[in-house]
Amino acid sequence: MHGIRKTFPGVVALDQVNLRVRTGEIHAIAGENGAGKSTLMKVLSGVYPHGSYSGDIEFQGKVREFADIRDSEEVGIIIIHQELALVPLLSITENLFLGNEQASAGVIDWHAAHARTRELLRKVGLNESPDTLITNLGVGKQQLVEIAKALSKDVKLLILDEPTASLNESDSDALLNLLLDLKAQGISSILISHKLNEVSRVADAITVLRDGNTVYTHDCHAAPISEELIIEKMVGRQMESRYPHRTPQIGETIFEVRDWRVFHPEHAEREVVKGINLRVRKGEIVGIAGLMGAGRTELAMSIFGHSYGRRISGKVLKHGQEIDTSNVSRAIRHGIAYVTEDRKGLGLVLENDIQTNISMANLAGVANGLVIDEAREHEVAEDFRKKLKIRCSGVLQKVLNLSGGNQQKVVIAKWLFSGPDVLILDEPSRGIDVGAKYEIYSIISALAAEGKCIIMISSEMPELLGMCDRIYVMNEGAFAAEFDAAEASQEKIMHAIVNHGEQHGQQ
Amino acid sequence: MGNNNIDAIPGADVASPPPSRNYGSFLKNNMRDYGMLMSLVVIMAFFQFMTDGTLMEPLNLTNLVLQNSYIVIMALGMLMVIVAGHIDLSVGSVVGFVGALAAVLIVNHNMDYVTASIICLFAGAAIGAAQGYFVAFFKIPSFIVTLAGMLVFKGLTLTLLEGQSLGPFPPGFQLLSSGFFPDFSTTEGLHLTSLLIGVVLTFVGVVVSLRGRARQVRNGMEREPFAFFIGKLAVIAGALVYFCYLLASYKGIPNVLGVMSVLIVLYTFVSNRTVLGRRVYAVGGNEKAARLSGIRTERVSFYTFVNMGVLAAVAGLIFAARLNTATPKAGLGFELDVIAACFIGGASASGGAGKVMGAVIGAFIMGVMNNGMSIMGIGIDIQQVIKGLVLLAAVCVDVYNKNK
Repeated sequence: MHGIRKTFPGVVALDQVNLRVRTGEIHAIAGENGAGKSTLMKVLSGVYPHGSYSGDIEFQGKVREFADIRDSEEVGIIIIHQELALVPLLSITENLFLGNEQASAGVIDWHAAHARTRELLRKVGLNESPDTLITNLGVGKQQLVEIAKALSKDVKLLILDEPTASLNESDSDALLNLLLDLKAQGISSILISHKLNEVSRVADAITVLRDGNTVYTHDCHAAPISEELIIEKMVGRQMESRYPHRTPQIGETIFEVRDWRVFHPEHAEREVVKGINLRVRKGEIVGIAGLMGAGRTELAMSIFGHSYGRRISGKVLKHGQEIDTSNVSRAIRHGIAYVTEDRKGLGLVLENDIQTNISMANLAGVANGLVIDEAREHEVAEDFRKKLKIRCSGVLQKVLNLSGGNQQKVVIAKWLFSGPDVLILDEPSRGIDVGAKYEIYSIISALAAEGKCIIMISSEMPELLGMCDRIYVMNEGAFAAEFDAAEASQEKIMHAIVNHGEQHGQQ
Repeated sequence: MGNNNIDAIPGADVASPPPSRNYGSFLKNNMRDYGMLMSLVVIMAFFQFMTDGTLMEPLNLTNLVLQNSYIVIMALGMLMVIVAGHIDLSVGSVVGFVGALAAVLIVNHNMDYVTASIICLFAGAAIGAAQGYFVAFFKIPSFIVTLAGMLVFKGLTLTLLEGQSLGPFPPGFQLLSSGFFPDFSTTEGLHLTSLLIGVVLTFVGVVVSLRGRARQVRNGMEREPFAFFIGKLAVIAGALVYFCYLLASYKGIPNVLGVMSVLIVLYTFVSNRTVLGRRVYAVGGNEKAARLSGIRTERVSFYTFVNMGVLAAVAGLIFAARLNTATPKAGLGFELDVIAACFIGGASASGGAGKVMGAVIGAFIMGVMNNGMSIMGIGIDIQQVIKGLVLLAAVCVDVYNKNK
């Protein structure tokens, strides 16, 4: 791939990206969240069709112009996404040949299909009956089915997007060994992974992406991988003054979480949050850093009214007193608010107007008894519109038509109106342009200056370093490290994540 | 009030934008509401012409109200259920069941009809609660729960009536459907009291609307341009007075119209102005966001079903009183008319949107079409086809407007 450039409205996602993968090579791609790894792979596999990006894709000596995924699959490029694309209630065989049925004249030849399935399952080392339903397989085995599906299509280049993110150690091992086997058969792979220990085990070359550019390519046969170097390349961007100046006035500890444990809502044996201890002082902004899937959102939502997970245990304390946050209205009553990362899905009623959305979490605040006082509701919304500078044609406008930044302000307004003491912000600047980000940061600092406790979850490390007084680093459901703002750096945070991941691996 | 005393963030102030005075764009954005009202007027004018004026004759108009009252009343509850993101297919069977229960209590057991009616309303609430429990707390799709309910209550109706019609009801009970407001005037041919009530209530309605409008203007939150507001108000007020005049020149205002009007006003108020109403819309609009805002979404869904059950019971009593007998066939297919009324009235099939007035107008559009086509002598077969196409067309217009 040469000089790939891909833009989305308002953002350049990829610019001047070059990537060379040789036949029979495992090529790793590393980079922070949002560096453009997934976008690049979508360009390569035809999800973003030819014409929506600039630059050339060359495969087996020829320039290719893929119009869709089918085109790229035809020449043998197959992508396995982070979220698996299997139909849970169909069998392995049915899934393997979905869209590629072993049929003549529209009638499926189940004998041939089962025979092929057995052969493919043997190749990927999965010892299951072809009739097993996908839903009865673990995530690791489902990955193998995905790979078998790729093999059924005569794959030449296999792209795996964070394949081991949700796998345990032995499943990850099996998967990596399979990649090595495939390599021996001449099948190339592109492996997107955060886990540098895995990468160093199997990769022949590593390309590092940062802010949509290829910044570094490392040939593992020429020199051994240096984690230091890779991390430096991943995070080595200049910190700009994109954050409002603030002089923190930090008081006593107000909010505390002790030994918080949460299990996955569906896979009951999987512990998603593993004994977290957290405290926030008055006027303090505490950051939670970590990679995607580290369990940060799960931690926040489980604290906020047990909105995620089950078998939740641990204590939540405010002013040293244990409080009951076991449902959302109780959590709100105790002054906790959670600004979700998914504002469209979980934060707003898009079809409703700004005013209605702002009052949603505190209807009692705009009502006399059971009757809503629309004038008061309007006044409240107007007040927030001015204070938070929500740009709109009026508070009666539908939130559907607002920009991301203004929608986020509406969500924040909703929670401020509920009168919180502890505000949990999950990816508060995601999907927002730079100008609006500054405004959101200003709001956050103003709230901290007022003496509220702020917990800020973010995947953007510069944002955490620019805003927070203290940063917890979360990895695989546990806190791997805690830094004061003064001593924290992107390298230290990355190290903490990588080291924690490796220690966890050795256990 | 909540704690919202944060300092304004630095940067240029955002001036309050002037409310839109653009009539064209307002009309475009609110096409649905005016379109509904206009369709009703056009449809009435059409049948008035096609039936040589029979449609608007006082006798026929009175019949129109009597025939559609139970559909309108159930549409109020159905709207709430649909806005919350569910559906209730069982209402027709519940109408039949409640009618049968009333007949068994009053005719077979000689219970006085007031007590019997109260028992029937509680039975309706219990039926709604049972179905709502499965939908809200057991998370079984409402389509399935109420489909089951439809079968169950149809069967129970047959059991109660032992497969036969049961009647007649005492005269007092019949008054619920066939009675009219008493008249104290002596004018020949015109029931002055009914006319007076109609005029006074219309006047009160106009005053309340004007005051509401004044309050909105004071707060700068009016949505509707003044010309549209006054125009709509004048048309509706005029139509109401004329309507009452027509009714007054026959037998006066039917009791059922009184019940229906009170319920329409009540449900408009509940849906627009109360915390409960707001929650129903929030749950239907985005259930997850509503839950994360501290709304107990299950409870809200549950209440909408209980409410639906009570209104279906009211409709069941009115229908039984109107036929003066309980039959196993009572309520058959009512659910279709009720659901169609809500969708013609602009309710969103995915929940979260829909207006009480829309559902009422939708019910009357269906009613006028039924009545007009019957007068014209169009067969029941063709009537069904036309009603089906009108429903489809109404929803198509909705979807088209939304995507535009």
